[in-house]
Amino acid sequence: MDLDTLLSFSWHAMVPEFIILGTATLLSLLDLFLPRSFHRKWLGWLGVGSIIAALIFLLTLIGDTPFAILYDTFRLDSFAIAFKLVLLVAAGFVLLLAISYEPKEKLTEFRGEFFYLFLVALLGAMIMSSSADLITLFVGLELMTLSSYILVGIRKKHLPSNESAMKYVINGGIATAITLFGMSYLYGIAGTTNILEMAGRLQELTNTQHLFLLALAFLMILVGLSFKIAAAPFHMWTPDVYEGAPIPVTAFLSIISKAAGFILIIRMFITVFYHIPDVSNNSSLLMALQNFLAVLAAVTMIWGNLVALRQTKIKRMLAYSSIAHAGYLLVAVTAFSAFMVETIWFYLTAYLFMTIAVFSLLQLMNIEELKQLSGLSKRAPLLAVALALTMLGLAGIPGTSGFIGKLNIFLGALSTEPTHYLLAVILIATTVISYIYYFKLIVYAFFREANHTFQMSGKKLNGVIISICVMMTILLGVFPQLAYDFLHQNFLSFYDFLQ
Amino acid sequence: MGFPFILSIIVFAPLLGLLLLTLVAKTKEKTIKTVAILSTLPSLFLSIYLIISSKMGVELVSYSGKLSWMQFGNPEVFGKLYSIDYELGVDGFSLTLLLLTALLSTLAAFASFQIKAGWKGYYMLFLLLEVGMLGVFAAENLVLFFIFFEVTLVATFFLIGKWGLYEKERTAFSLLIYNGIGSAILLVVIMVLFAKTGTANIEALMSILSADDGTVFSPKVKTGLLLALFIAFGIKLPIWPFHSWMVKVHSEAPAAIVMLHAGVLLKIGAYGLIHFGLGFFPNQFQSLTLWLGILGVINLLYGAFLALSQKELRKILAYSSISHMGIVLIGLAALNEAGIQGAMFQVVSHGLIAALFFYLIGIFYERYQSSSMDDLNGLAKTMPIASGFLLVAGLASLGLPGMSGFVAEFLAFLGLFQEWPVLAVIACLGIILTAVYILRAVLGITFGQQEKAKRVRDMTPLEIWPAIILLLCIVGIGVYPDIISSTLKSIIIGLGG
Repeated sequence: MDLDTLLSFSWHAMVPEFIILGTATLLSLLDLFLPRSFHRKWLGWLGVGSIIAALIFLLTLIGDTPFAILYDTFRLDSFAIAFKLVLLVAAGFVLLLAISYEPKEKLTEFRGEFFYLFLVALLGAMIMSSSADLITLFVGLELMTLSSYILVGIRKKHLPSNESAMKYVINGGIATAITLFGMSYLYGIAGTTNILEMAGRLQELTNTQHLFLLALAFLMILVGLSFKIAAAPFHMWTPDVYEGAPIPVTAFLSIISKAAGFILIIRMFITVFYHIPDVSNNSSLLMALQNFLAVLAAVTMIWGNLVALRQTKIKRMLAYSSIAHAGYLLVAVTAFSAFMVETIWFYLTAYLFMTIAVFSLLQLMNIEELKQLSGLSKRAPLLAVALALTMLGLAGIPGTSGFIGKLNIFLGALSTEPTHYLLAVILIATTVISYIYYFKLIVYAFFREANHTFQMSGKKLNGVIISICVMMTILLGVFPQLAYDFLHQNFLSFYDFLQ
Repeated sequence: MGFPFILSIIVFAPLLGLLLLTLVAKTKEKTIKTVAILSTLPSLFLSIYLIISSKMGVELVSYSGKLSWMQFGNPEVFGKLYSIDYELGVDGFSLTLLLLTALLSTLAAFASFQIKAGWKGYYMLFLLLEVGMLGVFAAENLVLFFIFFEVTLVATFFLIGKWGLYEKERTAFSLLIYNGIGSAILLVVIMVLFAKTGTANIEALMSILSADDGTVFSPKVKTGLLLALFIAFGIKLPIWPFHSWMVKVHSEAPAAIVMLHAGVLLKIGAYGLIHFGLGFFPNQFQSLTLWLGILGVINLLYGAFLALSQKELRKILAYSSISHMGIVLIGLAALNEAGIQGAMFQVVSHGLIAALFFYLIGIFYERYQSSSMDDLNGLAKTMPIASGFLLVAGLASLGLPGMSGFVAEFLAFLGLFQEWPVLAVIACLGIILTAVYILRAVLGITFGQQEKAKRVRDMTPLEIWPAIILLLCIVGIGVYPDIISSTLKSIIIGLGG
């Protein structure tokens, strides 16, 4: 590749990534050379600034016709832009959480790393949402995963943190290996790593033997990614890792990591597997394998919600709740309705704000056990109201964005042919079960008397984050059309996937 | 159709009060109570205005309207399919219930003066509950209906869990789970209808479903959907055997909330059965009437028998509510004009009577810290006015001619005798039992021997007027039923009764 070809690419498509990459590099250098006395939280603010800059630049890219650079490995289509928006907003909030993070055991030594590793992980997720090649997909995935391993274990002297990092590395390693193995089948059959080209070649397959191998590849990739999105029965790492990791990292895992998993799943499914014809019954391979997805979704919803009932620690409960939410999202993927991408985008956005609000609340209140919530409404009524609204949102009560998101998924499951009645009923039934544990938090906060003294960290920043997120949850619940109009006007129906 | 201004104001006026309350300091008891009561008034006056203008000949349709709200799927690709609008509108039946809700809310806000602590939170939730109840009856759209339905559930959960009596947390959870299951089933029905027809507008659905000859839904699916609706609204009504949560709520919730719960919230079940069950699936409804009748008789007798053996006034009234809701069911089972009208009358009449009862219980509880028959013995000596009201409420409840209860029971039984005479004969037993348990309770309380001589104040003049208003309504409907029957008639013809 000579310089001319290099310059001929329209690099502006990658500017958001470059901004993040540049800032991450800059932060690592600054962290190295700045004196100890310099408070590292300013590095965090620099990171937030870079995310805002990337966000603004990304917004200017909306409306371009989709195009690819670097020999079709990096695509900028409406799907990529829409999901990068979610990733960037989520990462901005996570960084804000990280700035106000003050653990008991003082995180001074690695404060700099803390910030730029988040940026690097974000970069990985962004590359995943834009890549049209198995190689870049995988590189993005690994970039994100490797950084999050370190992030989970960043409290070096904290035992649970170390344990959870170890568990995460082992589980994540296995997941990656399985995903990669599945991808290797795809490459072996199609002879190319570019997923658009691959889709074209696989459409012409007639050999049923190959079809069998492709189904195997599908299942392996699905299993590998199930680890990432924390779908049962591949969720075992989730509660431990969520509990041991620092709160900003937990927030990162439950939003960005999960979103990235879904981004990868959707891109692979829509471009590759949906277009592979299933010779036996004239539909696509994806449709033939839909039942596997349905079972995965059902098991995830049931398991996540049932086990969450028994938790006494808030973070573990939230871990199972995040598993349950992965199940709801999988219902949308299974149904594969005409507005699936839109549904998932909205749900992830809604989920982002609710989750950030919860973790910010936890960070502010400095508590771990459910019991410690008692008497919150007397001690800090506004926080109690924010907690209640967030819980109502996660439970999917009307008036919050969680309800609209679930309604959308539900509609998707019922409006397709064949109709997924059973899955829809499980979705609703498990939602009712989830009322019990979400409302339990509310009961502690409002109905019980305090049995201990609160030690609030008293950070103003947390308060700001909470109020923004709660307001967004209500706003999207009452005026969901704001989000839908934005999608409809700018991204049509994500039809430019294959252009 | 433009924006439904009047109905929107009716529904959301209490919300404005809620927002105002956030600005009031929580120690200012008087201001909070004044603001709360004042903010229930606009809905009341405007719904009275609507009733009067409909009597003057203004078409109710002219008040309905809509605003586009939410659209799933890009309209450029899918057209207007799967759009959910903000649509409000009323017919005779829902307007009557709207007025009932607004009236009872004002009175219950007044009755809530007995709440001892946390007025600000209480009244904010109270107003939220009112918004939900009003919205349920004004919604012209199933999704909107569901949203308001859930708002009432969340608000009652908090009101009971925080301000209830001894077993408040368990009661709140039992309410949440039972009703959560009910609304989940309801949501399934709503979304199936929405997904398969592409609209959630109630009128549009009625016309689609009545013209449907099996292409949209096969008759079997329709029966299934109707059964699901029965369960969903049956939990709310409640139909035996889904009643246990409701007895708990009656005995543990603060009296003012039970006024609304028994007076309005349970009526949502009946409203849903009539409006959606009968409105959407008239043919399937027809084939299920016998079962409905049997369930109605079970409700009637089961409630009456259990009421007979209770010692706690709240529990007696809880079982009496179950028994009286049986009359709604048998009215619907008759499925003729008299029957349906009886069911509707019973909904309104029982709402008023139950509210009066629980208004009185709130007053007793404030003075005696109990509502058990033993503690209230000999009430006629200590509180002559209150025991007078109790007696009148009891007479209204057992269906004394000249009171609203009589009209409702008479019509429902008239209808049932025409269609299912055998059932009607068995059901008549319920009337006798009702008289027995009501008189046992009321007479026991008023004339019993007073063991603990406790001196208490009788009702103050300020406390009397809500009871008088309720009584006037009860007697008014009893003496001149045409006040509401003319409003109800149009809808009955529409339902093919």
